[in-house]
Amino acid sequence: MKVSVNPEIKPLGDSALTVFFEDIIDRETNQLVNNFFQYLSHLKAPFIFDLIPAYRSLTIRYDTLQVLTGIESSIGAFDFMRQWAAERLKEAPDVLNENRRKLKIPVCYATSFGTDLSKMAQSYRIEIDEIISLHTATQYHVYMIGFLPGFPYMGTVPERLRFPRKATPEAVTAGSVGIAGMQTGIYPVHSPGGWQIIGKTPMKIFDKKNPEPVFFHPGDEVSFYSITEDEFKNYQGGYS
Amino acid sequence: MSLRIIKAGILDTIQDQGRFGYSHLGIHPTGVMDKYASQLANCLLGNDLNSPVIEMHFPAAILEFKSETIICLTGGDLAPTLNGNTCPIYQPLLVPSNSVLQFTRIVSGSRCYLAVAGGVQVEEWLASCSTDLKAQAGGLDGSKLLAGTLIPIKKSAVKRKKVTEKVMLLPWKVNEVEYFKKNTIGILEGLHWNDITYQSKKIVLNESFEISHLSDRMGYKLKGEEIKRNDPKELLSTAVVFGSIQLLPDGQLIILMADHQTTGGYPQIAHVISTDLPVLAQMNPKTQIRFTFTNIETAETRIFRQQQYLQELHSSCKIKMHAFIHDNT
Repeated sequence: MKVSVNPEIKPLGDSALTVFFEDIIDRETNQLVNNFFQYLSHLKAPFIFDLIPAYRSLTIRYDTLQVLTGIESSIGAFDFMRQWAAERLKEAPDVLNENRRKLKIPVCYATSFGTDLSKMAQSYRIEIDEIISLHTATQYHVYMIGFLPGFPYMGTVPERLRFPRKATPEAVTAGSVGIAGMQTGIYPVHSPGGWQIIGKTPMKIFDKKNPEPVFFHPGDEVSFYSITEDEFKNYQGGYS
Repeated sequence: MSLRIIKAGILDTIQDQGRFGYSHLGIHPTGVMDKYASQLANCLLGNDLNSPVIEMHFPAAILEFKSETIICLTGGDLAPTLNGNTCPIYQPLLVPSNSVLQFTRIVSGSRCYLAVAGGVQVEEWLASCSTDLKAQAGGLDGSKLLAGTLIPIKKSAVKRKKVTEKVMLLPWKVNEVEYFKKNTIGILEGLHWNDITYQSKKIVLNESFEISHLSDRMGYKLKGEEIKRNDPKELLSTAVVFGSIQLLPDGQLIILMADHQTTGGYPQIAHVISTDLPVLAQMNPKTQIRFTFTNIETAETRIFRQQQYLQELHSSCKIKMHAFIHDNT
């Protein structure tokens, strides 16, 4: 894989390591993470428990015992894994971005769902309609999934909408769409949360009964479109 | 074969060693808090080490075995009784049908594990039987065990013909109750260790911290002197692991435990070594702990030795269990 800045590899406790790419939020860096993630996933190495991509890093959780049992030289599991990761990084192909999914997500921005809209409009001197039009006019990239089962971290939010997190988390219902700084996201399940809630999607983005329980994938391109409360109620679409 | 929950405990769940391979989707790893105790229970019964067990907190459930069952209790000593009589932990027991198991007080530790020979029969969700309370999936309907719940037990390969009337102790055990009786927790440097001030480093390494009441399966919030960062800038979210010690904006530390999130944006100043996580898992709020630095080689060697011990124990118990069942047919 071609990388402009040589990634750093650091231990994360005694059973994981993280490969760090450049310390910025951008699609290109995140795409490197994603390529490396895809490549390692398809290798299906038996000593790997989990691969966790984030904005600019990929974490590998490994089975320390299996690694130690499998290596012949006297080096430790972390040293072996660091070398292994560096070698895999070199041989990973540069994947083209053409196969990215483009998703359109319905959101009802009524104040009954967008519980923080009025407060935001007031304190930031912006019309609610402008919040909606700015939020729906932008194409977002899913940088990572984390925090909750299937919670997509998407960016980047237009300058005018970069509202800070709440000081104290509040109860948030499943489907709620929120903003925190340059990120926007959707709560897949009920949870306490600190993001500013601007609307709600009728789509189920986490469904434990589905063989693929999580709707979003890292690397997806996402845009939102506004629907009315009636359309929200009558929404039939699901995902499969 | 099955067991029934007569009265629910405060938080009893079915857990195995964790849900692996789904963290990239934000699915929490969950699994037992004390991997060592739960693996010991499975070892002593000759079960697969990853067999699902019941993790119990005090006050724990009252359970009834509908049919004759071989069980083993490990972890914290919650003073268990079978049909009113004290029963041992860390030793397999043959329990007659309709026996009632309950727990009377905390003698030591915090979490007790109940394993049954053959394992409980639970459907897997994403390749694991662990209960994920957040996703409300895994275990039994993704819920803690409620009164009236019937938990099926896998049929043993060989059915004993002789029927027991009394609880019978099987003639092998381990003396392991001491493994969590220490207060010093081994840690490794985290990604952001050098982001905290020199004074804060001294506090982490020399002062004690109290496990606060805000501690659960997700994490242990600690109470101690304020830890300060050199430069409190926001960090990009990255993966966290079981044992990550994060610095919260209020200057206090939190240790991530079994139900932790997959990613986080707080500084990770250190990590608890894997073999000391069971020690932490058996600690109750108000316990004072201290941290001591170790290195990754030592941490890896400890994992290796512990697993080697468990595997040897497992092989020998498997033979003993086989002999016991056949002797009694």
